[in-house]
Parts: sequence; C-alpha cells; structure tokens
Amino acid sequence: MNGTRESETDTPATFLQLFLSTFRLSLFTLGGGYVIVPLMRNLFVKEYGWIDEEEMLDIIAISQSSPGPIAVNTSILVGYRMRGVRGALLTLLGTILPAMIILSLLSLVYEWVKDNSIIQYLLEGMRIGVSAVILHAVYVMARTIIQKKNMISVTIMAVAFILSYFLQVNILFVIAFGIISGLIHYLFCDKRGKA
Amino acid sequence: MIYLELFISFFQVGILSFGGGYAALPLIQRQVVDVRGWVTMTQFSDIITISQMTPGPIALNMASFVGTQMGGIAGTVIATVSVVTGPLVLALMFAIIYYRYRELSVMKGILWGLKPTVVSLIATAGIGIFTQALFTGESPSSGSIGTLLLFAAGGLLLVRGKLTPVKTILFSGLFMVLWNLVQRLYV
Repeated sequence: MNGTRESETDTPATFLQLFLSTFRLSLFTLGGGYVIVPLMRNLFVKEYGWIDEEEMLDIIAISQSSPGPIAVNTSILVGYRMRGVRGALLTLLGTILPAMIILSLLSLVYEWVKDNSIIQYLLEGMRIGVSAVILHAVYVMARTIIQKKNMISVTIMAVAFILSYFLQVNILFVIAFGIISGLIHYLFCDKRGKA
Repeated sequence: MIYLELFISFFQVGILSFGGGYAALPLIQRQVVDVRGWVTMTQFSDIITISQMTPGPIALNMASFVGTQMGGIAGTVIATVSVVTGPLVLALMFAIIYYRYRELSVMKGILWGLKPTVVSLIATAGIGIFTQALFTGESPSSGSIGTLLLFAAGGLLLVRGKLTPVKTILFSGLFMVLWNLVQRLYV
C-alpha cells in the first residue's frame, strides 16, 4: 500500500497510516496549533500527496471556524476526507493519545514532587515566565486587530474586555456577544453588497 | 459524581473554545478553578506551564492532567474524550456542509466577531495568572522586586523575539531556583 493504486473510489491512505501520521505529529510537536497545522499541511499535501494544496487550505479554514483545538479539528477533517467517519475517529485518536499519556504521567509526578523546595522555586519562576508568554501573546493578538484599523472590531474587543474584566460577566455571555456581533456585521455587510 | 462533572465541564471547554491557541484558557479557568474548584489558581498556572513544555493543544493537556488528578485513568479518558466530542461532531458537520455547498461565509462572519472577543477573554485570564504569579500567590517572594524584574526581563526578551516561549519559561524557572539558592547561601 504505497499509494500506487489510485482511482476515484480508492484512496491511498490506510487506517494504520492515518493513525500513525497524526500520532507521530502530535507526539513530537511542541507549541500548539500554529506550529502543528503547517506541519500537517506539509505531511498530507507534499509528503503523502493525499490532499491538494487548495483543499488543505479550505480544511484549515474550517478547522479555525469550528470550536476546539485547531490541530484536533484539522486531523478530524483530514481523516474524514480520506476514509470517512472511521478515518476521522482514527486520526482523532492519534492526535489525543500522546497528550493523554504524557500529561497523565506528569500529573502523577506533579503530585509527587510539588512539595520539594527546589521544584517549588522552579514552578514559581516558570509561572512568572508563563504569564509573560501569555500577556505577550495577548499583546500580539490585540495589536493585529488594532492595526487593521477597523473601528467595529476594535470596539467589539473593548466592549468584551470591559464585560469580562471589569464587570466580570459570565464568559458564556461574552462569547454570545461575540457571536451576535459577528452575525449582525455579516448580515449588515451582505446587504451592502460586498463583505 | 466526578465522571459526570468532568464530562460536563470539559465538554463545554471543547465546544466553546473558538479560535485555537489560548482560546480555551479562560473557559478552562472558569470550569476547573471557578465553578468546580478542582484546582487552585496556582495549580492552574502550573498546569499551563507544563502544558507549554509538552506537545499537544492546551485544552487536551489540561483535560488529561485534571482528569487524572480527579478520577485516575478513567478520569483521564473521560475528560479527554469530552473535550473532543463537541469539536468532532461540529467539524464533521461543517465538513459535510463544505463538501456539499463549498460555502463557509456565515461561519466566517461569526468568527469575525468572535476573534476580538476571544482576545479580550484571554487578556482577562492572562491578567489573572499574572497577578497571581507576581503578587497574590502563596510563595514568600510574591510581589518582591526579583519577581517583577524576572517578568520584565522575560517580557522584554519575548518582544524582541530573542527567546522562544518555551525557553522563556525554562529560564525564568531556573533563574528563580538560582536566585533562591544564592539568597540562602549569603543572606
């Protein structure tokens, strides 16, 4: 099964290949969706030739529009595209297994070492590092939105921040606010003819 | 029953986190810290830290970690499966719509409004983690000049693009260990 037989009904991907491809990627890739998705694209489009470039871009677009981790969504869609729902389940399994195994082991280790004073200092310093990382990510994301100079989306961002930080509104309502603003904007732009 | 609670909480995390990256962070905080009280804010920051140093999306990592803590192996499996159940159903639904109509514009419209919203939600969670790590945590050095300097140095190196996130986190951890050893020896 090296992708030699290709016809309309027969796809070159075996179930084992589907599982192993996503398992390997999520076992060795540090850094979340923005790192793993380009690697998936490289693997599925260039290396295996399962999907053409344009369709892969659409698959990534769907993954970003759909809730949940982007790497998870992309693997589900690639699995589905290749071998239907069973394919999707296998690529999904390949994606979640490494995290399950590694993190549950670390969870046990954490309980065991967290009272050690060296570990405590290490974790304390790392917490500070992680808050720098998160706030930096927020800074980059907010800057991207502000630089687009679209007053409506800047306003949405400001209102959402006031709601969640100052008024401490339930996060579900803040998300609903975002969805509704997006829908209104979409309908409004559509009426004007062009988005 | 813990398994049912794990399912309900992590199902919500999965189905409501739009936009990838840190989008799941505020949702996870709400579920595991605020609503359920499964972990403290300090532990929450620790899990994020561990999550940054290991492969896999943050939502999956958090589900595996908390699931194991709360319900052993069964907890791990249930929490992880719960996170991906919603995304699985929705992604398949969108895929079917896409292959039939080649049309995604309503979803893109919704996402357009969600993007700035999610940035603000992550900002709120980030500020919470920041104040906890620097000022209100349990450790004795909270609010000290050393921790503030460490944060400033980490932030500066990130902005200048000199260090990757993983290295920033590792170096701040190691620096804190050294700082405390030096203090112990000389003070």
